[in-house]
Amino acid sequence: MTKSISDLEEIARKCRVEIVKMVHRAQAGHPGGSLSEIDLLAALYATRMRVRPDEPKWGDRDRFILSKGHASPGMYSILAEMGFISHEDLKSYRVLGGVCQGHVDMKWCPGVDFSAGSLGMGLSFGMGCATAARLDGSDRRAFVMIGDGEMQEGSVWEAAMAAAHHELGNLKVILDRNRIQNDDFCEVQMRMFDIPAKWKAFGWNVKEIDGHNMTEVMEGLDFLEAPENCNGPSILIAHTIKGAGISYMENNPSFHGAAPNDEQFHQAMLELGEVEA
Amino acid sequence: MTRMAATRDGYGQALLDLAGNEKVVVLEADLGKSTKSLHFRKAYPDRTISCGIGEQNMLLVGAGMAASGYIPFASTFAIFTERAFEQMRNGIARPNLAVHLCGSHGGTHTGTDGSSAQSIEDLGIFRTLPNVVVMHPCDDVSTRVLTMQLPALGTPSYMRTARNKTPVLYDGREDEIKIGKGIVLKEGNDVAIVACGVLVSESLKAAESLKAEGIHATVVDMHTLKPIDGELIDTIATRCGALVTAEDHNVIGGLGSAVAEHLVANTFAPLEMVGVPDRFGESGQADEMLEVMQISAHYIALAAKKAISRK
Repeated sequence: MTKSISDLEEIARKCRVEIVKMVHRAQAGHPGGSLSEIDLLAALYATRMRVRPDEPKWGDRDRFILSKGHASPGMYSILAEMGFISHEDLKSYRVLGGVCQGHVDMKWCPGVDFSAGSLGMGLSFGMGCATAARLDGSDRRAFVMIGDGEMQEGSVWEAAMAAAHHELGNLKVILDRNRIQNDDFCEVQMRMFDIPAKWKAFGWNVKEIDGHNMTEVMEGLDFLEAPENCNGPSILIAHTIKGAGISYMENNPSFHGAAPNDEQFHQAMLELGEVEA
Repeated sequence: MTRMAATRDGYGQALLDLAGNEKVVVLEADLGKSTKSLHFRKAYPDRTISCGIGEQNMLLVGAGMAASGYIPFASTFAIFTERAFEQMRNGIARPNLAVHLCGSHGGTHTGTDGSSAQSIEDLGIFRTLPNVVVMHPCDDVSTRVLTMQLPALGTPSYMRTARNKTPVLYDGREDEIKIGKGIVLKEGNDVAIVACGVLVSESLKAAESLKAEGIHATVVDMHTLKPIDGELIDTIATRCGALVTAEDHNVIGGLGSAVAEHLVANTFAPLEMVGVPDRFGESGQADEMLEVMQISAHYIALAAKKAISRK
């Protein structure tokens, strides 16, 4: 299943359409972080994840843990694109009884490996999955996506230290460095200084990329999988733009957790090429 | 002479006994020497995961392993399990992942380390979590037997063990011990004393002193606080007409609350609750702490007479 860069870009575009539709329909949710992460998720799922959409509980699947679980529309859109759930299922986002719960939940949605919602938890869970894979003698990997604001949770660093101590080469983190958190820009809320240096100091393999340049995204995923980087845990720091792809959401803290109105929705569909002007 | 042992030793022995199950793994947060998981670590280092002094990480590593088919046993001091409460709530209980958490050194009975180490709220807070079984056994035998039953449970659990030695009650009686079933240690028709953990032996002492006054008490070891053995509570409430609960835990939220919650909705009977009187502890010997907190045999007997007077 070879995918060209333009194929991946088209998958990401379709996912963006679904993300905006989901939060617009629900009039709630988190579009900003879903749009910043989606190019990464599209490339990861379409080209790297060893999973079986028709057998979501296959024991030797790679695990994907969306630690920033509020950015669930992004994950649901790629799960639909991959066939874990239907596009019809996306309409259940935030609806009573729906598979698409507000935050991704392993008990509700096929293809979801971790029940998220509280920040700072996914990396530890991923460490558990990676440790189990090692004990099983399996080559399955645990991919964890964390957010930059999330790194303010101390538990992230408990996990970072422990994963390096145990040399978990099958643990791969993607950091969605979109520079905005709930209340404001990260720089305002809590400065994080030299993020690559912090992870290096904790014993991780580190690479930085532009998280919206699909060629760089693929190089970044190559880095995570490279044999020379399987001696211990690795992190891909992806510089992204919150709300990427929708002009009025980009770099706008207001769209961390707010839905577009009808007019804004129409504009988003125009910008994504779903409707003609 | 009664054999004395610490419940934490029963936990450590159980882990060794469970090791034949290759899915059993042990998680530590630098207190394996204290919680007694160290024996497993020595024998099975490949299946023991050190999480450093990081309880929040430890619990979710356990969750990830449970989601991958393993049966994790994580332990630390009872007090430090509390800093990972949200991990237990959102990462373990909510997705119903069978991680088994053991908090040792619980209660004021833990003694001279003082109030910071004397968890008096662990049973209460974990009891509020859906899917979580909560236990506080009274001796090393029952601790071992209950721990051995956990892999078959399929849901998460919290078990408090104690630092200091208490009388062993169940040598040769292993078959009587089952998760969720209280054990009648003594039969009497005047009052029923329902206890857990270190206060079970205190309750037996209280029953002896009451007997000298012509009062015959039933004594129940309610080692499982959740699910509470409601059938047994109904039986003893009907037979005795008055109850006392006894626990080395804040009188708010623990065994007394669990029994009260059942009684008010089912078989009404007066209930006196012996527990830590909503205050923090201090440094002292284990037996001294039971007096300071007014939860020793003497106070249990007083509470029994008060309960009887309210019939």
